[in-house]
Amino acid sequence: MRLETFVIKRLFLMLIVLFGVSVVVFVVARAIPADPVGAILGGNAPIELVDEMRRRLGLDKPLYAQFVDFMSGVVRGDFGISIKSNRPVIKDIAEFFPATLELAIVAALISVVLGVPLGIFSAVHRNKLIDHFCRVFSILGVSMPVFWTGLLLLILFYYRLGWLPGSGRVGIFTYLPPKVTGLLLLDSLLAGNFEAFKDALSHIILPAVVLGYSSTASIARIMRSSMLDVLRQDFIRTARAKGIGRKLVIYRHALRNALIPVVTVIGLTFGGLLEGAVLTETIFGWPGLGRYIVNSLLLLDYPAIMGGTLFVAIVYSLVNLVVDIIYAALDPRMRV
Amino acid sequence: MARLLEVNNLRVIFRTYRGIIKALNGVRLWLNEEERLGIVGETGCGKSVSALSIMRLIDAPGEIIEGQVLFEGTDLLKITEEEMDKTVRGKKMSMIFQEPISALNPVFKVGFQIAESIAHSSEISMGDAYELAPEILEMVGLDWRRSMDLYPHELSGGMAQRVMIAMALAVKPKLLIADEPTSALDVTIQAQILQLLDELVRIGRNAVILITHDLGIASEFCDRITVMYAGNAIEISSSEEIFEEPLHPYTKGLIDSIPIIGASKVLSGIPGSVPDLIAPPPGCRFHPRCDFCFDKCRVELPDLKEVKPSHFVACHLYSDSF
Amino acid sequence: MQTERSNVAISRRQLLIEDWKHTLYLWRQNRLAMIGTILVAFFIVIAIFAPAIAPYDPIEINISRSLLPPSSDHIFGTDQFGRDIFSRVVYGARIEVGIILLVTVISGTIGVAVGITAGYFGGIIDDVLMRITDVFLSFPNLILAMALSAMLGRGVFNAIIAISLVGWTVIARLARAEAMKIKSLPYIEAIRALGASNTRILLLHVLPMCMSPVLVQLSLRMGSIILTAAGLGFLGLGAQPPTPEWGAIVSDGRSYLVQQWWISTFPGLFIALVVLGFNLLGDGIRDIMDPRIRR
Repeated sequence: MRLETFVIKRLFLMLIVLFGVSVVVFVVARAIPADPVGAILGGNAPIELVDEMRRRLGLDKPLYAQFVDFMSGVVRGDFGISIKSNRPVIKDIAEFFPATLELAIVAALISVVLGVPLGIFSAVHRNKLIDHFCRVFSILGVSMPVFWTGLLLLILFYYRLGWLPGSGRVGIFTYLPPKVTGLLLLDSLLAGNFEAFKDALSHIILPAVVLGYSSTASIARIMRSSMLDVLRQDFIRTARAKGIGRKLVIYRHALRNALIPVVTVIGLTFGGLLEGAVLTETIFGWPGLGRYIVNSLLLLDYPAIMGGTLFVAIVYSLVNLVVDIIYAALDPRMRV
Repeated sequence: MARLLEVNNLRVIFRTYRGIIKALNGVRLWLNEEERLGIVGETGCGKSVSALSIMRLIDAPGEIIEGQVLFEGTDLLKITEEEMDKTVRGKKMSMIFQEPISALNPVFKVGFQIAESIAHSSEISMGDAYELAPEILEMVGLDWRRSMDLYPHELSGGMAQRVMIAMALAVKPKLLIADEPTSALDVTIQAQILQLLDELVRIGRNAVILITHDLGIASEFCDRITVMYAGNAIEISSSEEIFEEPLHPYTKGLIDSIPIIGASKVLSGIPGSVPDLIAPPPGCRFHPRCDFCFDKCRVELPDLKEVKPSHFVACHLYSDSF
Repeated sequence: MQTERSNVAISRRQLLIEDWKHTLYLWRQNRLAMIGTILVAFFIVIAIFAPAIAPYDPIEINISRSLLPPSSDHIFGTDQFGRDIFSRVVYGARIEVGIILLVTVISGTIGVAVGITAGYFGGIIDDVLMRITDVFLSFPNLILAMALSAMLGRGVFNAIIAISLVGWTVIARLARAEAMKIKSLPYIEAIRALGASNTRILLLHVLPMCMSPVLVQLSLRMGSIILTAAGLGFLGLGAQPPTPEWGAIVSDGRSYLVQQWWISTFPGLFIALVVLGFNLLGDGIRDIMDPRIRR
């Protein structure tokens, strides 16, 4: 079918799924054993205040009505008020998400730029020494826990060598550029503030490498196995019989086919990056959405939990949708 | 007149988990310009391996360990890979394969793939090559207006094979190698494709090596036939003579086993089975199944000898004749 | 007649034995798979014989011996409470094994049940079940596990349930694909024509036939189960003190990272090695089952 029809179908499906996601988020948050009123008012508040607060939070209504409130809020972008920060959750998210996004983008760039060539190289030079080395590197990458790698690199580069800063996005004394996108690296470049750029870069490099290591590894692995699969196919033999030369066969015929499953993995690793960001941000004190959700969970700040989780689910679904679309655009057989 | 192609003593092995497969055991065959040679034999006898070796498309775990492939006087096994690509593949020699749809790249349109062949052989740009592609498609009987923009999975088997033929013959090769081009197609389509090939090859004056397991197809299409068994060419002659006077016991068995409609003949086969190529029998590889086997057969591999004019056999029964 | 039957029976058994011999042969050929097997075997042995291997009690507090560097007394050093890290790590292996087993069984059961039901019955049931699966797949694993953990309350057991509830989706998809393939086999039609009920078909025929790829997939996921569990432990959402879960121990050591690097390093190292073992093993299994390699 045509690409446009495919996109519309998928969008529609996504909306249905997101509805289900909202239900799950709502149920999970409501099931968390904490009393939101008690959290706000303290344990000894007088009954009238407690009732008033319950009414204000909408907790006196029956469950389905609460859900309707919740959904209408979500559609408007209102996720409620965070118990901890006392401001709309959506504002919290707007403050913390760009940091996570920036970290994820840099990590993703590192993984693609390193992982894809590594995988191709490995496949083309199969079973030689360099291939074994790359495979070991990759398999270590997907085996080592992110938080451990992070701590080790922190010990090495911060405590022992002092080359890189240990936490945060920028140093305390750095002059920040005006906020355009929320992505510090971009904003400082746009403002021509190279001091801030260098500072932001030195802060992001360690967490991005840590976060990106396992995705580099999985991209390299998939690239390698995909390439090997493709090189075994009949049409590669035809291409070689045409006499166009080994290089063209690999970079034009094979790669175009081999990249297709890799693109899916790149998309999926983005989701993995969101996950890993949770742990990485905790270790490096990175002020992002991951750390926000963890703290909300530990404090049982349920509007924040709901808002944060739902937001992550939406972003993740969008990423998956984009991946599906790209996949269909690349592989004409997939437009079913 | 010098031969167009001469293959001498070609030995090819494949290294596997279970051992080394001695796939080609000193194959010898030859072909003249504008001639059509059929290579016939059972699955596993080495027909495809021979064809791929001629094009030097044998990769690990396979290896050409000995032999000569003289094409227009040059030994192809001695030139570099670059020279092979620049001067031979897709220019002087081209090849078509058995499963046409999977032999085409699934993510490129038909027009692109044809243009690629033309661009390579005529050394012109892809843009210019695109202009010439419609003509080529017409030549094989496809409507270029529809076909140019189709993807391989949108084609039928017959259409895909036509595309492959188009790609192969557009470069005006001296030699076309066709590896079981019709085996994967329906019988009626088979006939169409063979007819198309016959016409085009006659007009283009290409030499053809047609590989097939079907003796009937080989005899209709080819001038001469080579019969292969377990890695050796064991009989070479004109199509008529192979049928009327098969000399090698294997060939005789093969011809005898063809069922004839209407004849009240009992269906016969050749007793025994194809040898294991990792540990093949010594001497003549057919000897365990041969009714006429004697001591020399178990020890020495027979050479192809011209037993009658232009009729070559590799069998000790005839080693002292002529 | 009797001898004929027993001849056939013998050759079938022989075939199975031959098949196994071939599998073992391929196994031994594959160096990386062997390393993986050794690592995993090591891990299981440590878990089983923990009381015999660990020199000290993993939870006994002994402030006088706190924060000691690795030495012959304490191979991995001690933590802020004087607990021997080596003993904690060894006992931690038991916890990890328990987590893997339970999560595998629970997520496998849910996944297969959902999957074959969706795949076999098709239609509305399939659509609904698949949408539910999609909903669970819309969350990155760890985040959903974290949320479920918080919902259920902290602790290892709840963490196990949380991880299982997140992991069944992949199995369900796989089981569904297999069930769909099996559903259209002619012999299933034949049995149904003979009057077999759907439940019977599902349990006796469809189920056993999807087990093979499902089991492979389950073993491939064991490494990531440990990573998720350790992640939860690290964040404080999984095992609670004083339980010596590896992720929790790593987290313990965070405040002492500068001087007492050993508290966080060793448990993390063990996580890496065990996950590495499972991944190598998984890769090996995948390679062996690949029909192209099984000549």
